[in-house]
Amino acid sequence: MSTTEAPGAAPAAAPPAPRPAPVRVSVPKHSIASELRAIRIMWKRDLVRFVNDRIRIAASLAQPLLFLFVMGSGLQQLSRAGTHGVNLKTFIYPGILCIAVMFTAMFSAASIVWDREFGFLREMMVAPVNRSSIVIGKCLGGATVACTQGVIMIALAGLVHVPYDPLLILGVFGLQLLLAFTITAFGVMVAARIKQMQSFFGVMQMVVMPMFFISGALFPASGLPRWLEILNRIDPLTYAVDPMRRLVFNHLTISPAARRALDPGVTWWGWHVPALLEAGVVALLGLLMLAIAIWEFSTSE
Amino acid sequence: MSAPAISVSDLHKRFNEVYAVRGVDFEVAPGEVFGFLGPNGAGKTTTINMLCTLVKPTSGSAMVAGFDVTRERDDVRRHIGLVFQDPTLDSYLTAAQNLKLHAELYGIQSGLVGPRMHQVLDMVGLWDRKDSTVGTFSGGMRRRLEIARGLMHSPRVLFLDEPTIGLDPQTRRSIWTYIRELKESEEITIFMTTHYMDEAEWCERIAIMDHGEIVALDDPQALKAQVGTDRVTIHTDDDDAAIAALAERFGIEARIAEGAVTIQVPGGEEFVPRLFAELGVPIRSVSVSRPTLDDVFMSYTGTTIRDAEEDAGKNRNRVMMQMMHGGRR
Repeated sequence: MSTTEAPGAAPAAAPPAPRPAPVRVSVPKHSIASELRAIRIMWKRDLVRFVNDRIRIAASLAQPLLFLFVMGSGLQQLSRAGTHGVNLKTFIYPGILCIAVMFTAMFSAASIVWDREFGFLREMMVAPVNRSSIVIGKCLGGATVACTQGVIMIALAGLVHVPYDPLLILGVFGLQLLLAFTITAFGVMVAARIKQMQSFFGVMQMVVMPMFFISGALFPASGLPRWLEILNRIDPLTYAVDPMRRLVFNHLTISPAARRALDPGVTWWGWHVPALLEAGVVALLGLLMLAIAIWEFSTSE
Repeated sequence: MSAPAISVSDLHKRFNEVYAVRGVDFEVAPGEVFGFLGPNGAGKTTTINMLCTLVKPTSGSAMVAGFDVTRERDDVRRHIGLVFQDPTLDSYLTAAQNLKLHAELYGIQSGLVGPRMHQVLDMVGLWDRKDSTVGTFSGGMRRRLEIARGLMHSPRVLFLDEPTIGLDPQTRRSIWTYIRELKESEEITIFMTTHYMDEAEWCERIAIMDHGEIVALDDPQALKAQVGTDRVTIHTDDDDAAIAALAERFGIEARIAEGAVTIQVPGGEEFVPRLFAELGVPIRSVSVSRPTLDDVFMSYTGTTIRDAEEDAGKNRNRVMMQMMHGGRR
């Protein structure tokens, strides 16, 4: 720091050290740049926290790996006849690609409750930026963190007999990004009204596990009992799992019969829903929940 | 005289059916240290939150640093610094990282962040701890760091909501030293709330708040002078008889405050001998005190701050009980 002084202003023999002139800074007027800065700060903070939290990385990887390898290998014994020679692990792999990002995205959203509990959110809320930037930054951060997790799952493709095709990898990554964003938006929307970590995880348990089981991540979405079929079509996760499975199965060399049985696709009243529309449903839901989250944060005091 | 740093007129805030702040008017001059004094639940925090644009007023208006708190929210935010009752630091980051994040959030010119950070950390005596994680800091250090952070962007008005709550007396004193030094080194207006009487004395002017209204506003000396009487506190074997005797023989209205018979009389020391001679009720102990802000508070509200807080607590309990019982009926 500079300690130079004007020659005339030097104190005669004052015993206390001369106080340096205060460094005056100024806060620029509110603009698009301030909003982009706020988005970047929220995004970066999520990343930094994730990298620092090794236990969380391990924990959120453990669950999908358990499902994939333990459940996949274990149930293989029962289902060999029904999978037309396709390994069960290969079958549930697309579902696992989805839930891997889902769990991580949820954890990311949870940190907003954490930040509120420990007051940091308040520091953001009183800054001269819009609340929408805070919410958008948070959702992007959650999505980015979840995707790093997703990339690890993509890397495991070889272990479950899925080829490493660049187009496939790109497609899977895109779908994961979309899903992660939507789930984070959902989590942030829920977190906006929740003040305590326990309640947040309670709500998540109530919502996420059923969503996961109903989505068809672990079974084909056709020939289901009527009640389950209805629930399956309502479950938003269905529309992420199905295009993911189609994408992966497009790159497998398996019999048409196996394809029909394992990858029947989602239908609405008998109409085969195109993968792009399914992805659109997920995107639309994400934007809707983002809008609700922004609205909630803007109106809360 | 230059434009006021804060000017508030007829400010109200209603939460559902309850008025937390009802019609508050005051002005704070630039460079002033202005204090809000009152028991918990008097509406101090709600008022500060309205001035900081965190809570929208139900009616009335407020200007802070020359900007309207409802219409020019972002401009107000650019010019104020905030230190809350509850900590708002990121305890995973170091002190320096917390300040840098704040500087980035406020868009401070990157070349000035370093020197400014050095200065504010020096001011609160935390420069040598800048690379320590906030999680390792004591309560007093965290509060000091929050003050440093609140100053990072050279605000024109610094709001301190109960800056010394929950701290030990020594740390409280050191926080006050920083606040006074701050006033000398920066052109800044300080607005603070407190429910500690002794701290309010440090302020240049004080507004006493009770039940959402300002009941008195002046500098501490003038407020105390207005009381004009000393406080005499007596412990007796029979308080009721003592109160009756005081009314009968001296024509003084006594009340029980903080568990003792309390009277306000001019010239307390001269009154004590008469009291012993004429009261007729055995006295166990007596104390005389010059007017303090506590007496000021008492003369305006008829109760001490501590009793007011206990009453507020009891009221809350009563409401809770009523709600619980009402639900069953």
